[in-house]
Amino acid sequence: MVPFNILVAVCLGYVILLFLVAFAAERRAERGQTGWLRSPVIYTLSLSIYCTAWTFYGAVGYAARSGLEFVTIYLGPTLVFVGWWIVLRKLVRIGQAQRVTSIADLISSRYGKSNLLGVIVTLICVLAATPYIALQLQSVTLSFGVFASETPEGWALPDQSATALWVAGGLALFTILFGTRNLDANERHHGVVMAIALEAVVKLVALLAVGVFVVWGVAGGIGEVIERIDASPIADWPLKPGRWIGLTFIAGAAVLTLPRMFQVMVVENSDERHLATASWAFPLYLFLMSLFVLPIAVVGLGQMAPGANPDLFVLTLPLSEGRGTLAMLAFLGGFSSATSMVIVASIALATMVSNHVVVPIWLALRQGGARTPGDVRGLVLMARRVSIAALLALGYTYYHLSGGSGALAAIGLIAFVGVAQILPAMLGGIFWRGATRIGAALGLSLGLVIWLYTLYLPSFGPEGVFSATVLAEGPWGLGWLRPQALFGIEGIDPLLHAIYWSFTLNTGAFIVGSLLSFPTPVERMQGLAFVSAFDRDAGARGWSRGGAEAEDLLSMSQGILGAEEAQSFFEAEAGVQGKAGFLPDTTPEFIERLERRLAGAVGTATAHAMIAQFAEGAAVTAQDLLAVASEAQQILEYSTQLEAKSEELARTARALQEANDKLRDLSVQKDTFLSQISHELRTPMTSIRAFSEILMDPELPGELQQRYAEVIHEETIRLTRLLDDLLDLSVLENRKVQLNIKVANLHDLLDKAIQTASNTRPERVFTIHRDASAEHMPVITDTDRLVQVFINLVSNARKYCDAERPELTILARKRGGRVVVDFIDNGSGIPKGAQRLIFEKFSRLTDTQRAGGAGLGLAICREIMANLGGTIAYLPGQGGAAFRVALPVRPETVRTAEAA
Amino acid sequence: MTAPKPPKFLARSSYRRRRIIDTARLLPVLGLFIFFLPVLWHPGDTPEPDTARGGLYLFAGWFALIVAALFLARALTRTDVPGSEDDAPGEESR
Repeated sequence: MVPFNILVAVCLGYVILLFLVAFAAERRAERGQTGWLRSPVIYTLSLSIYCTAWTFYGAVGYAARSGLEFVTIYLGPTLVFVGWWIVLRKLVRIGQAQRVTSIADLISSRYGKSNLLGVIVTLICVLAATPYIALQLQSVTLSFGVFASETPEGWALPDQSATALWVAGGLALFTILFGTRNLDANERHHGVVMAIALEAVVKLVALLAVGVFVVWGVAGGIGEVIERIDASPIADWPLKPGRWIGLTFIAGAAVLTLPRMFQVMVVENSDERHLATASWAFPLYLFLMSLFVLPIAVVGLGQMAPGANPDLFVLTLPLSEGRGTLAMLAFLGGFSSATSMVIVASIALATMVSNHVVVPIWLALRQGGARTPGDVRGLVLMARRVSIAALLALGYTYYHLSGGSGALAAIGLIAFVGVAQILPAMLGGIFWRGATRIGAALGLSLGLVIWLYTLYLPSFGPEGVFSATVLAEGPWGLGWLRPQALFGIEGIDPLLHAIYWSFTLNTGAFIVGSLLSFPTPVERMQGLAFVSAFDRDAGARGWSRGGAEAEDLLSMSQGILGAEEAQSFFEAEAGVQGKAGFLPDTTPEFIERLERRLAGAVGTATAHAMIAQFAEGAAVTAQDLLAVASEAQQILEYSTQLEAKSEELARTARALQEANDKLRDLSVQKDTFLSQISHELRTPMTSIRAFSEILMDPELPGELQQRYAEVIHEETIRLTRLLDDLLDLSVLENRKVQLNIKVANLHDLLDKAIQTASNTRPERVFTIHRDASAEHMPVITDTDRLVQVFINLVSNARKYCDAERPELTILARKRGGRVVVDFIDNGSGIPKGAQRLIFEKFSRLTDTQRAGGAGLGLAICREIMANLGGTIAYLPGQGGAAFRVALPVRPETVRTAEAA
Repeated sequence: MTAPKPPKFLARSSYRRRRIIDTARLLPVLGLFIFFLPVLWHPGDTPEPDTARGGLYLFAGWFALIVAALFLARALTRTDVPGSEDDAPGEESR
């Protein structure tokens, strides 16, 4: 028999060996000799933490109770690994690309770096892991107990609680020492991985050794074992198809979602190709681990006393056969199974707790956020250490309170169902771009609640949370809410009941929530990056605007990564950009890489939040990006632009056309003007020349000389007037005229104009109708010029009115800030076609009445009115020729002068 | 944005690799068939005990699956020449 002190000594020696191996591995890794530390074999062996003490001891007990059903726990993972190309490869690729630190980080990162999801997943994992850790402590304690009770020397059975406490403390120490040496999860825990690989070998060898001993040493060969199996009560085990399928499924799900499995499978993975080896080697490991389970169970049932605990056959069988060394090996195997699980699980959970609970709370509490330099690194490491200790304390408390009751297998399965609730969100996240945060949060919370209600809480038994009455009749007597018969459907195996309802409702809520909600921009980009992880350039840019200062980023990163590492990272990045020194340009690519780097240390959500404090407007940027990227938007914008452009072009073309027409008109006008002016000049010149030639005749009688000289004089006056008019027009057209603004009574002005105009054809009797009272209004303008216009209009009427009894009506009034004066005669008016032309130069309607006019009168009037800020227009439809003169009550120049 | 379309027809070696990948995807389905056969089996009701035979069947099937996975993993890593990875765009997004 093995004395207890030797057992303790061996145990301590083994632990010291583990410490040394872990330490040596860390040393090698520090020197950069990671060679075989990172081989596919080590990777596969590290995966073996799937096989915990539950497997090592519990599988035999499970087989003793339910026959072959225990293999379902290994068949599920086998299927997952054999199908590695479908899911695992993608998970590992995403894990490396996104520098995922835990399963909570994966979910949080996929759904828009949402910390809420990280917290939910962390909660599920902690709830599921606590009893699991308790289970490991229990198994170690029980196995100690086995040796104690078997010793004949009579040393007292050690206090079980004390043993568990010692084990928990030792594990906490080991985990803290090797699990929290560095922060960046992507630097991986070489020491821990090495140690658990060693433990994997120990437990496999131990179980195989016990198996070989049982088959060939106790039973006497394979043939006899087969006979014994068929003869044993196990042969009539009830195979429940539902359980068979359900357990295979739940084990397959758990191998993907257990935090410790995710840790070794994805986070600690250094090379994707290791997965190819693990795809067959890990199933092989499971195969070997379960190969001798049934023989050991059968032989144990046959050999041992009827009351013996089948969970401990692996230990008790060799002991009862007097094989102390073998029992010792088996003990070490069980010890290894328990410790490796606890170590990795607590590292994984501590990472989750620190990244998703502690750091966000700390960030929220600090007013300055990450901007104020602080030792985030120290904080995170401390948070992890405390979390590890707390988790083990929690496990110990659970063990202490539950008193180590219940079969091992039951607790393990409850934990499996719990963590498997993450599966829909995980698979949906990596295969379905339509999965949203709201869907995931709904699914996860619903799954968590149903799992707690139907499986976790009832597992505490009638003395626990739910009383026997609640279990039998439902809370508050609501029958359809009975925890193990939801909706009144009874008779289902409690485990299957929980699996069925939690998964149906979890997946349903996840899908419906995703279909009905709309993802945020960050979510959509992360969704694309995850789902198309294998497409090149599928990575989405999160930071398109580098608002951050490199120096601030450096000081923050130093707080997280450690000064030396952060500096070398920044230096390398600056080097990539072709710059010397430590401060690279804060390009989007650089910030992206920095965020990934930080995510490796503190998790995606936290890293994102920290960077967001520096690179301002992250969300806005993402939204902008999407708005621009959205095809519909682009097409719409483009077509609107085109439309606007073509409209503008059309406008320009029209304007050009108009300008062109105008130019052509002007050119024609100029030609006409030139020909007209030469004609106008030529007529008087011709007569002057003719009469002057006649005057040259010395025989011309005196009175004729006198007459011809008068003709020449008149013609020169006409010429002078014409030239004066032309000069006047030119000055007016160029707006160079000097206005002489005065205040006058309109009535007086009209009087003056009529008086002056009466010189024109004085022989005609002309009736003028006026309303003197209306005319009395002041006008502020160049009165001389205005009178000139009036004279012109009145004399025109006198000249051209063809009525028998010519009449002229003058109407004056004020309308809308303008003084309006109409001159209407009773003649035949101006034909419609000519109305347009009368204000043009040299336009004359008839050649008959050449009473001194060169056809410039109305043209000058128009220009004068334009200079005075008014208008003159022909007023059609008044029964004769009608002109309307309008001018502002006070001219522009005066107004601006006053304003100034 | 105008990524070149993956070719519709592949050279012999790439074609072979695609089919190996197909096999790798189908292997877990084969595993399902092997592992779920016992669902139709009621060891408690059989006239003579056959749990041992059932166990042998399961372990044999299991082992065959592992061997198949081994060969597939070998085939996949052998053809997995770095740089010529045929994770063509669209390949995984299906």
